[in-house]
Amino acid sequence: MSTIQAAEKPPEDIEIPKPELSIVVEFTGGLEMLFSDQRRHPLSIPVTNKEGNPLTIADLIEHLCNHTMKDTRKELFVLDDHLRPGILVLINDADWELEGEEAYEIQAGDNILFVSTLHGG
Amino acid sequence: MPPALCALCKTERALIKRPKNHQKLCKGCFIQIFEDEVHHTIISSNLFFPGEKVAVGASGGKDSTVLASVLKTLNERHHYGVDLVLLSIDEGIKGYRDDSLETVKRNAVQYDMPLKIVGYDELYGWTMDQVVETIGKKGNCTYCGVFRRQALDRGAKILGIKHVVTGHNADDVAETVLMNLLRGDLPRLSRSTSIVTGSDASEVKRSKPLKYSYEKEIVLYAHHKKLDYFSTECIYSPEAFRGSARSLIKNLEKVRPSAILDVVRSGEDMARLVPGATQDSCRCDGKPASHQAAADDDNIGGCGSANGRTNGGEMAAMEKRLRENEAAEAGELETEITVTKIEVQRHDRPNQTNGQPKTPGTNLPVRLKQKLGTCEKCGYMSSQKLCQACMLLEGLNKNRPEITL
Repeated sequence: MSTIQAAEKPPEDIEIPKPELSIVVEFTGGLEMLFSDQRRHPLSIPVTNKEGNPLTIADLIEHLCNHTMKDTRKELFVLDDHLRPGILVLINDADWELEGEEAYEIQAGDNILFVSTLHGG
Repeated sequence: MPPALCALCKTERALIKRPKNHQKLCKGCFIQIFEDEVHHTIISSNLFFPGEKVAVGASGGKDSTVLASVLKTLNERHHYGVDLVLLSIDEGIKGYRDDSLETVKRNAVQYDMPLKIVGYDELYGWTMDQVVETIGKKGNCTYCGVFRRQALDRGAKILGIKHVVTGHNADDVAETVLMNLLRGDLPRLSRSTSIVTGSDASEVKRSKPLKYSYEKEIVLYAHHKKLDYFSTECIYSPEAFRGSARSLIKNLEKVRPSAILDVVRSGEDMARLVPGATQDSCRCDGKPASHQAAADDDNIGGCGSANGRTNGGEMAAMEKRLRENEAAEAGELETEITVTKIEVQRHDRPNQTNGQPKTPGTNLPVRLKQKLGTCEKCGYMSSQKLCQACMLLEGLNKNRPEITL
């Protein structure tokens, strides 16, 4: 452990730019049609959520709905505040079920892929 | 949490969690086991014989793309000796089918398989665009569904092929089981669970080698093998995006992933109770398949039915079958559409050179197996005088706006 004291925290009332994470979010299997017909979205997202906790996949999904998705059919992506059943998530190519699903804390440089299994050929 | 290691090789990082048994696998082991399980299904159901020509019903979507890829791999690995061809249907919907047909064309090159595309226009004289122009969007799926079903058969006949494989997966089968259960349609439920259909009654048999494969695993297989597929939604029925049976299946899977194969198994068990049911589940299930000498790797948990069940109910099932035979035959309508007039009207397409003699006399109300008749107009298998497609065409052709002759 370093003995150097961490930089003094700025007073809370001063606006400072929030630190951000750079990640890549991808949509495929038909989901790209909800996201401007674009598969790959390099994004900068806040490091922490509203409560000040590290940003999780659940927060990312909310962020995507509020900021990235232009399509109004949110229900094709989110149902009852959770990702729609039938949409798979791969975190750096691993099934999100191996990574804690919505609770996974996003790291800088992560690649998060949303794949729909719901669409036909 | 530390990354989990693959349950099989115990060296690579696990990337997949299997829905059927929660097993955590690395990419390589997942691809291997997925293929092994499809192979198991194929062998234990005796799907193919050496030298057989098989058409893969190919839409360019995930299921049929994975099917084509896996069959190519297995055919080479296990020397099935089958001759694989891609068969695609062009419904004639601008802006929908065009892109997926492009995908199929690429697949044909990637998998080195011949490709045949048959269009509704050439088969029926109508594209779906024209159908919708005439009847509107409501109910157009009925037309499309009936036309597609026959189109695959007709395409196969054109190619001289007697076996069409389709990409129906476990989720599809589970969904169909639920839908037929909700409709109270046990005969159809029975047929939909069979891995092979139509082999007796029609010249072209159908099978679903991915019947026990989870949709999730199909998508992951396509992803990890970097297969080239196309996802789309029909522009005429965007609400078909979600059937409620589909939503139910996906919600169940979320809570208990094994539910999908459980529904498939339940459907197979119910099918055994249905009169006239021919096939049952994977033959490794309790029944010592007589022709299973070729099953070299019998103990791969490939099909969904290997959970040590017994078939003790078969005798009871037989008795029930005998009792219910009549009732069910009366109830087993192929279609809800009834035709009152049967005036002769030319099919848009001259009758196929299918060698099927026209047999207008076979529709006498003989209490035989109902499905053995043929359509008076086109010779396609039908339990009614006219097959469904000809009935629909009859209505369409009457309403064709200012036809140009």
